[in-house]
Amino acid sequence: MTYDIARIRKDFPALAQNIHGYSLAYLDTGASAQKPRAVIDAMTRFMERDYANVHRGVHDLSQRATDKYEAVRPLIQKFINAEHEDEIVLTHGGTESANLVAQTWGRKSLKAGDEIVLTALEHHANIVPWQMLREQIGVTLRIVPVTPQGEVRLEDVKAALSPRTKLVTFAHVSNVLGTILPAKEIVALAHEAGALALIDACQSISHMPVDVRDLNADFLFFSAHKLYGPTGIGILYGKREALATMPPYQGGGDMISSVTFAETTYKEPPHRFEAGTPPITEAIGFGAAINYVSAIGLSAIARHEDEILAYASDKLSRLQGVHIIGTAPKKSGIISFVMDQAHPHDIGTILDRRGVAIRAGHHCAQPLMEHLGLVATARASFGLYTTREDIDALVSAVEKVGEIFG
Amino acid sequence: MTVPDNDLRDLYQDLILDHGKHPRNFRVLPAANHEALGHNPLCGDKITLYVTTDDHGVIQDVGFQGSGCAISVASASMMTEMLKGKTAEEASRLFDYLHNACTGQPTDATGLDEDALDHIQALSGVRAYPIRVKCATLAWHTLQAALKDKKKVSTE
Repeated sequence: MTYDIARIRKDFPALAQNIHGYSLAYLDTGASAQKPRAVIDAMTRFMERDYANVHRGVHDLSQRATDKYEAVRPLIQKFINAEHEDEIVLTHGGTESANLVAQTWGRKSLKAGDEIVLTALEHHANIVPWQMLREQIGVTLRIVPVTPQGEVRLEDVKAALSPRTKLVTFAHVSNVLGTILPAKEIVALAHEAGALALIDACQSISHMPVDVRDLNADFLFFSAHKLYGPTGIGILYGKREALATMPPYQGGGDMISSVTFAETTYKEPPHRFEAGTPPITEAIGFGAAINYVSAIGLSAIARHEDEILAYASDKLSRLQGVHIIGTAPKKSGIISFVMDQAHPHDIGTILDRRGVAIRAGHHCAQPLMEHLGLVATARASFGLYTTREDIDALVSAVEKVGEIFG
Repeated sequence: MTVPDNDLRDLYQDLILDHGKHPRNFRVLPAANHEALGHNPLCGDKITLYVTTDDHGVIQDVGFQGSGCAISVASASMMTEMLKGKTAEEASRLFDYLHNACTGQPTDATGLDEDALDHIQALSGVRAYPIRVKCATLAWHTLQAALKDKKKVSTE
């Protein structure tokens, strides 16, 4: 079956606009993906017809809202091939998911001197929660280096492990370099060392099939907004046996079985970790996004994006003074680059004036930047709607940067 | 209808590109009696500014080190050229003028150095790029911190 890019692009109203007089080439999907009509409509319809608070009303609307809201959980379960529905905790996004693991599992199960292994290419969301835990209980962080090509080598992971390792946490795909990490193998190494494994799937979830049972991860998280869904919602997947050991995260409504001033008992997972009124409409949009992406198929999306990545890598690498940062053989949907002539921030401004939206900066991964000896990169990131024309616009705008900066 | 590229040239004028590529006074001043680090966390621009003032508070020499985009480096470079012989108060008036010029607000040039105004004029193309105003003002924020003997300033 051919990949009907023209039809797919029609599903995304935001793509059909001009920026500074040029057709928009949206190459910042790694920061956040644009939304298909199916997501926008599902959220609008829900608010127009079915909206009420969930898990608490006796009235019809609340029941309808609850049914629709809870129907999203099994959808997510199926999407990542989790064994049980109750292994899916709905959170406010990837960042909250990481903090949840650090503050519940981490504070309960770890003690001073225990080690957490992470890689040098992590996003701040998978660094800072562990540093906070280090301040709170005195765990040690061990960092797996990244090669100059942007790879994480299994022997370096092995070297970072010790009998004191309790958790190995890593990005499935680097948000800066696009490197695909050997996730299944890293999880296996963690387990051999007697540690649990957590995967930050924020940059992989929309680009390739992610199967938690195949990966055998103990925890995995991602945000809906990078999967063509709304902001403000994401998930933490946790194996049943892992979640069962964890105390509540935040206290409040919806996470309790009963409350008296003498004693409160908590619900079982996943509701134990979902205090307060959840992002209900966002959950509906999340479900619609999963349905949308699944209908196209992640394998087909991966093939399309790989083709775009190869085309863009080839075109960009031919340009005078352009250096691609991150040249691992297995990459997904992201090209970071620098230019001899211009700082990434100047590249970003000039590209924007040509209608090309990229990200310039440290990409919330300052330790990686330091590791690579860079202060910033320009990053073009792709999605299921990216076309060769978008790449041609990028290349022509980068040529313009070369012209201006000489 | 595409926007002609002279729009970009309003921002990247020759004077800016020249100062960006060949920053003036790009050096450490070992005898500096004021120093501060300026940081723009959004884009990673970092400059260390060195200022020597005499007993009357008149700026004798200014130097800087660091890295950043063309706008922030050019702004720092041009600033070092316009400050020599100025008092902190005069520097502060120039900063007000620059800030207003870069944000499209009314400016008051009364009594200000004409050379300095020309340089600021070149930078003021940034007003069409609100996200870049911080790049143009980083060196000046750092100057204020240095003269007040605050060691660090961040534009976030």
